[in-house]
Amino acid sequence: MEAVRPGIAARLSDLFWRRPGALLLVLLIPPLLWLGVIYIGSLAALLVQSFFSIDEFSGLINYEFTLKTYAELLRPANFDIILRTTLMAAAVTLAAAVIAFPIAYYAARFAKGHMKALFYLGVMLPLWSSYLVKVYAWKLILAKEGILTWAVDGVGASAALNAILALPVIGGGSLSVSYIGTFLVFLYVWLPFMILPVQAALERVPANLLEASNDLGARPGQTLRHVILPLAMPGIIAGSIFTFSLTLGDYIIPQIVGSSRLFIGQAVYAHQGTAGNIPLAAAFAVVPIVIMGLYLWMAKRQGAFDAL
Amino acid sequence: MSYAVEFDHVSRHFGTVRAVDNVSIAIEEGGFFAMLGPSGSGKTTCLRLISGFERPTAGHVRIFGETSEDLPPNRRPVNTVFQDYALFPHLSVRDNVAYGLMVQGIDKRTRHARAEEMLALVKLDSYGDRKPAQLSGGQRQRVALARALVNHPRVLLLDEPLGALDLKLREAMQDELKALQRQLGITFVFVTHDQGEALSMADRVAVFNDGRIVQEGSPEDIYQRPRTRFVADFVGSANVLSPALSRRAGGPEAWHSLRAEAMEAIEGGSGRLSGTVTTVRYLGAVKRVTVDVGGDELTVAIPAGQDAPAEGATVGLNWTATAMHRMEGA
Repeated sequence: MEAVRPGIAARLSDLFWRRPGALLLVLLIPPLLWLGVIYIGSLAALLVQSFFSIDEFSGLINYEFTLKTYAELLRPANFDIILRTTLMAAAVTLAAAVIAFPIAYYAARFAKGHMKALFYLGVMLPLWSSYLVKVYAWKLILAKEGILTWAVDGVGASAALNAILALPVIGGGSLSVSYIGTFLVFLYVWLPFMILPVQAALERVPANLLEASNDLGARPGQTLRHVILPLAMPGIIAGSIFTFSLTLGDYIIPQIVGSSRLFIGQAVYAHQGTAGNIPLAAAFAVVPIVIMGLYLWMAKRQGAFDAL
Repeated sequence: MSYAVEFDHVSRHFGTVRAVDNVSIAIEEGGFFAMLGPSGSGKTTCLRLISGFERPTAGHVRIFGETSEDLPPNRRPVNTVFQDYALFPHLSVRDNVAYGLMVQGIDKRTRHARAEEMLALVKLDSYGDRKPAQLSGGQRQRVALARALVNHPRVLLLDEPLGALDLKLREAMQDELKALQRQLGITFVFVTHDQGEALSMADRVAVFNDGRIVQEGSPEDIYQRPRTRFVADFVGSANVLSPALSRRAGGPEAWHSLRAEAMEAIEGGSGRLSGTVTTVRYLGAVKRVTVDVGGDELTVAIPAGQDAPAEGATVGLNWTATAMHRMEGA
């Protein structure tokens, strides 16, 4: 019998069968190139830029290693931006975790069939529409002549709203130009990123662990504290990484809704654009990376990933 | 007489499914009680009615004479060893065992000392620092046992506790559980679908089918005198003779059970029934010989030392009249 000459595809698959390492290499080259060159590479370029400085008279970049630009960050005007952004990110993350947990718990423990589909739809639906549309919609909702003021008036609670707006720092002329407004919009926009990982973590907690805890004498509150929360913690941390870092880096929401004071993202945008101060923009961009690194390190030390 | 657990006409329905249907039981204090039945027969639901994870649709569950329907699981003097152990994966073995003490607010030093005592009881001292994931199936089973015993429950519930273990370990654990029950003197209520396990460990057995108890008695009762065809079939020790076959064998026209080891098969001889040997299976201590007696198959157990007829041989089957046990049902 005459041997059939194998085609190129067959010879290629034979080669991969004999050398599984070659297949792995072929599969990994595109993502490695992407991650290695485009992502890590640009991060490294960013890091290098932050160690240069700008000549204050000529406005030209001085390509010599210096920590002068980082020292700039500590100037009160710049440090306020960092503090403001970090506090906002922390507040948004905390509120998102508190609101997301009961929703995620309901979805993981009780929702079945249609209710579960409805849950996913309800959580994901806002993600299908444009982020800008949502933010502008919120600006209208929160505006002085907006629907919220109207509704609050309608139930005769304007005094309460005015009292809130009269609060120092977080208050303002209306919700749409106050930190409260910025906070609400951040919370709304990032909430799905907290709900989904928490729900996934809760889904993996076997129901009989809760029964075992109850059987051993624990009240529901004790079961929550000693069994459910520790086992959901990796999900909460995963969600908080999203909400925290997305808030740290965002430059559009605080520009549309809120006081005119800058957040880190806006500062980066301003410095690399009109001001042409690339080194300071780079130094600002490094700040969220460092904060996230510290946050993850602390979470790990607190044992947040023990149940993983 | 005081009972540890009493079921007074208890039903538990899930929609139209009658998981437990009008069951009454009285479990004596200090006994080893087995609930035996196929899956879906209601035995696990009965256990959950005692632990408090289910509430009866009708009837009352009394624990030490006290009606318990309104008592949540955390306030009942019973603890459970769960089917797949349900150990807390994020806690060490020691903290797992000490959990029941921790939620009572007992200080760390005392509860760890008590946990170590319990671990010693189940022969797992020196394993306290490990995580459950680092233990074998048999060791996890022991941790679950120690954890359930740390609160000194008056009744220990065991839900198929040996189901996930291999045969050899299962036999060893049967002996240990039995010894532990005697040593502690508390009531054990044990759910299983394995008749061998139920008969060898318990001193009372209730056989469940379709949400009802079909027979309750000592292991010997269940084994020697099955009340219905279902029990005889499920316990699996006996041949079931239809009314017609019983008549042909010279007995009254009713359902009978006839244990395999009470029969003898004489090659070429005559007997109450005669037939052809279809298979001979060697099982170590006995040979199981299946004989076709004109459409019905009967099984005869022949002790290892004796000669068994060959496959295809014609045999006569004989037994003493008292070996035939009359059962209920038409």
